[in-house]
Amino acid sequence: MKQTVSLAPFASPFAGHVEMSKFRKFLPPFLLLSPSIVLLLTFVHIPAIHTIYLSFFSTPKGRRPSKFKGLENYQDMIADPVFWKVLGNNVIYAITTIPASIIIALIMAQLVNSALPGRPFLRFSFFLPVVLPLIAVGNIWLFFYLPGFGLIDQIGSLFGLPNTNILGSSETVLWGIVGVSIWKESGFYMIFFLAALQGIPRDLKEAAYIEGASNWQIFRRITLPLITPTILFISVIATINAFIRIEHLFSMTQGGPNYNSALLLYYLYENAFVFWDTAYAIAQSVFLIVLLSIIGIGQIFLMDRRVHYQ
Amino acid sequence: MSAISIKKLNKFYDSNHVIRDASIEIESNSFTVLVGPSGCGKSTILRMIAGLEDVDSGTISIDGNVVNSLHPKERGIAMVFQSYALYPHMTVFDNIGFGLRLEGQRKHEIEAGVSEAARILKIEDLLDRKPRQLSGGQRQRVAIGRAITRKPKVFLFDEPLSNLDAALRVQMRVELAKLHDQLDATMLYVTHDQTEAMTMADKIIVLDKGEVSQAGAPLELYNSPKNSFVASFIGSPTMNFLKARAVAVTKGSVTIKLLDDLELKIANGDTAVSVDDELTLGVRPENLSLVQAPKAHCTGKVSVVEQLGSQTFLYLETADGPLILEADGSTKIKVGDLAPISFDVKRCHLFNKHHQKI
Repeated sequence: MKQTVSLAPFASPFAGHVEMSKFRKFLPPFLLLSPSIVLLLTFVHIPAIHTIYLSFFSTPKGRRPSKFKGLENYQDMIADPVFWKVLGNNVIYAITTIPASIIIALIMAQLVNSALPGRPFLRFSFFLPVVLPLIAVGNIWLFFYLPGFGLIDQIGSLFGLPNTNILGSSETVLWGIVGVSIWKESGFYMIFFLAALQGIPRDLKEAAYIEGASNWQIFRRITLPLITPTILFISVIATINAFIRIEHLFSMTQGGPNYNSALLLYYLYENAFVFWDTAYAIAQSVFLIVLLSIIGIGQIFLMDRRVHYQ
Repeated sequence: MSAISIKKLNKFYDSNHVIRDASIEIESNSFTVLVGPSGCGKSTILRMIAGLEDVDSGTISIDGNVVNSLHPKERGIAMVFQSYALYPHMTVFDNIGFGLRLEGQRKHEIEAGVSEAARILKIEDLLDRKPRQLSGGQRQRVAIGRAITRKPKVFLFDEPLSNLDAALRVQMRVELAKLHDQLDATMLYVTHDQTEAMTMADKIIVLDKGEVSQAGAPLELYNSPKNSFVASFIGSPTMNFLKARAVAVTKGSVTIKLLDDLELKIANGDTAVSVDDELTLGVRPENLSLVQAPKAHCTGKVSVVEQLGSQTFLYLETADGPLILEADGSTKIKVGDLAPISFDVKRCHLFNKHHQKI
């Protein structure tokens, strides 16, 4: 606005000049934004739109180029029982790992934020899983779950419990994967909660304490409302992670037995690079993008009213 | 009866002895100010009274009951923080009513309590707002309102005015004094600002490095400081201090010699002083005056002139050391002039080498 006002003495009655001054006003911010715009367009938006376009074509094979198939890839997807099974797995995986890892992260953050003895050690041990690659974490847990010899069975045998085969049985394999994910992600979310907790002035808690609030009331009425922006942020991140972090499947179960531990992105990968049915995989990618966008936007709209921004 | 009685209070942070044998009596319905430079332990004492810090040794009693091990809410205190500590996600109404809600009071009781406090502080029209929509002075009122609703025996204020601008600070000072009369409650107020202490207090307690240096009415501290710390801390501009030596001691007076051999006979009680003792002469700026040359004790060269309108402060270089002198607002003296100075020997203070008044 200011710039337009300062240009006023030079403005002529011709419309062209008005256009010109508008252009001048928007040019500098546009130039400053252009590096990020170019990068985002090149590596995010154009490929995404191109993917949507490609999802309407068949998989190109040797001498047979891809041809337009309309919604056929999507119809195949809807008709594919494995797709529905995998989607179901992923939904269960998301609605268990997200709340569990957020609650555990919050508890750990509270613990390491209080004046406990050995606090640096606690912080270190809670954060350790974060620096390990998920594929290595999968390997570690593979040994924990090992029937008969694994950590879990060793501990279980001390109490006279029978051996387990968590990853080998259709009923339990998904829970085995869920456990790994919670163990891995909680420490990462803890860091954000810790930062949020440390951003709450000590005075506020002291004021509430003097007014007679119990620790639980301080947490419920002061701490929790003040970290809602972080909770929203982490729940969006956690939702995305529940759909895109699948490295542990490679080192642990390869989605088996019988797709009982396969997640959407793993199945997509299999279609694309094991079965080379890229057209079908592309349709699934589009589905995944749309699904995540809807959930993410939905979370922000749903929670926005309850979130307190400072 | 004392509202708060503190006996032999001690506090350590690791190996730092931050409160040393502090004993303090705070009378019921008084406005008592704990004052001292930063790091003297004044906030620590307040926080120990509130129950936010543990007591290492000694006792704190409120209304005759030892409260050392009581939860803050059982002590009958309310505290106003320097930062106001308003809950940012709650409206003013909820902020003020939070304590009542925690007590499990009914909705209409909370409403009655909040509107009573809002009426006293004239913030009835702010009840729906969030703290971030309030000015500094309004936040201050809300913080006080939160304290009022709990009907405490003792109000604790931790430097409540230091986040306000100068004009608002003066205004809030008056309002706090009025509020004290209106509520008829005991108030304990911590500040590092001696002006706040002088203007608001019934009683001032000066703290120095965790020890009570002197306690008494504002003018008592101003006119008869027990030691050079209190003498220098209370009063603005600060008291002048000059090196001196006792040359003659008689009953009721001491004759001292300053650096340039100027001799002054200072009235003095019967504290032991002997000839040749190293002393410090303390004299306030208003007890120095500009006189005609023959009556002057010494002369000083004017280095700075501070004109405040109603009075003028002259910063002088003399052979006895630097001095600040309060002259009247209409003085024509300029930087570089030689000023003839006279000491009001009835209002001079003498301190021994242990900084104690003699």
